[in-house]
Amino acid sequence: MNLNDFVIVWQQYPAIWAGFLNTVTLLLLAGGASLVFGIVLTPLLMSKKPVIHRSIGFYCECMRCVPFLLLVYLIYFGLPSFGIQLSNWVTGFIALIIYNSAYMAIILRAAWQDIPHETIEAGKAFGLHGNRLLRRIIMPLILMRATPMIGNQMTQILKDSAFLGIIAVSELTAVMNAIQATHFIPFASFLSAVLLYWLICLVIEFFTLIFTRYAEVRRA
Amino acid sequence: MTAYDYWSIVQGSFATVGVSLTGILLGVPLGLGLALLRWARIPVVRQVCYLYVSIIRSCPAVTLVLLIYFGLPQFGLSLNPLAAALIALSMTAAAFSCEIWRSSLIAFDRQQYDAALAFGMPAWTRVWRIVLPQAWQSSLPGLVNEMTMLIKSSPAVAVIGMVEITRAAQRVGARTYDPMPPLMFGLCLYLVIIFVLVRAQRRLEHKTPGREVQV
Repeated sequence: MNLNDFVIVWQQYPAIWAGFLNTVTLLLLAGGASLVFGIVLTPLLMSKKPVIHRSIGFYCECMRCVPFLLLVYLIYFGLPSFGIQLSNWVTGFIALIIYNSAYMAIILRAAWQDIPHETIEAGKAFGLHGNRLLRRIIMPLILMRATPMIGNQMTQILKDSAFLGIIAVSELTAVMNAIQATHFIPFASFLSAVLLYWLICLVIEFFTLIFTRYAEVRRA
Repeated sequence: MTAYDYWSIVQGSFATVGVSLTGILLGVPLGLGLALLRWARIPVVRQVCYLYVSIIRSCPAVTLVLLIYFGLPQFGLSLNPLAAALIALSMTAAAFSCEIWRSSLIAFDRQQYDAALAFGMPAWTRVWRIVLPQAWQSSLPGLVNEMTMLIKSSPAVAVIGMVEITRAAQRVGARTYDPMPPLMFGLCLYLVIIFVLVRAQRRLEHKTPGREVQV
């Protein structure tokens, strides 16, 4: 191995840039959608009706116990037996969203159980209830409280997205794997991949910090 | 699916558990070392530890496994898949457990440390007799949780050809052209493994006695 390897990696930057963008796209779209679904699922998790919170809770527990790759395989290889055929990209998105929505819901539920009762009661005293109470009082509070955990989960989504290379989604790791296979420079290319993932994580951490600060200012 | 197919997936589960368990057994002491190094506030070492933890924590398991399996032979270090998988998983476990150890070290009551100092205990005894027993108790649930995380990222070792649950299930599916049953069976195995771990975690949380301070 010598430094020339990194020059070769650099010369491949159009392909790497495309892979990098694909990874970021996967992260943003899947992360955004998971957060939205998480927000929808949380009130169901906290629902007073046992049927609802048990079934959603069961789904969340299942997702917590299953490795991401197995879920990907179930969708990619398993669903065609039932006549549903999805492309690798669609499979990737669906798997990421199904998997991480559960985690988001769990995170938000934990934040919900943490917020003081008085705030919700004050909201009720002002005549807010049901949907409005949820939208105006509870959700903003728990979203602010859960910001660091949501940031963590975004990192997790980024790391999960690397598994999608196995079903031929051309994300960063898959692109780097292709490059190392053509030029025989495994160390340089995978190290570059690791550093690029690190870069994305630093950006996630940065935004998490900004949102946390904002939340603290709002709370004060 | 024949009985042999089921057996091959069960064998895969031995690989999954074995690799994750070895990874955590190697990684946890390493993580403790890293956390103590950071705790000791040695100038350059501290930053290096921080960098290591930050990079490895953000690195996908697949990428790390590929880096070690394909990258290290360039330095004349040829590894078989099992060794590469173990190195990758223990590196990950070290980084994550470093954070767990660190948070319990931060929560550790500094006064006790000062008291031990006042009794003239040498540094090693202070850490071994005073800090570690308490840090161990408060990090144990986190470490078991780390084990479940490791099991969930262990399918990454399939990319370098190790046969664990997910890969075994997929191979059976590819042969029988009916991928659903083996994948579901694999899923059940994961459920059992992780259920046992979560149970163990809960029991540990109950079993650890509160810190009764006898005045």
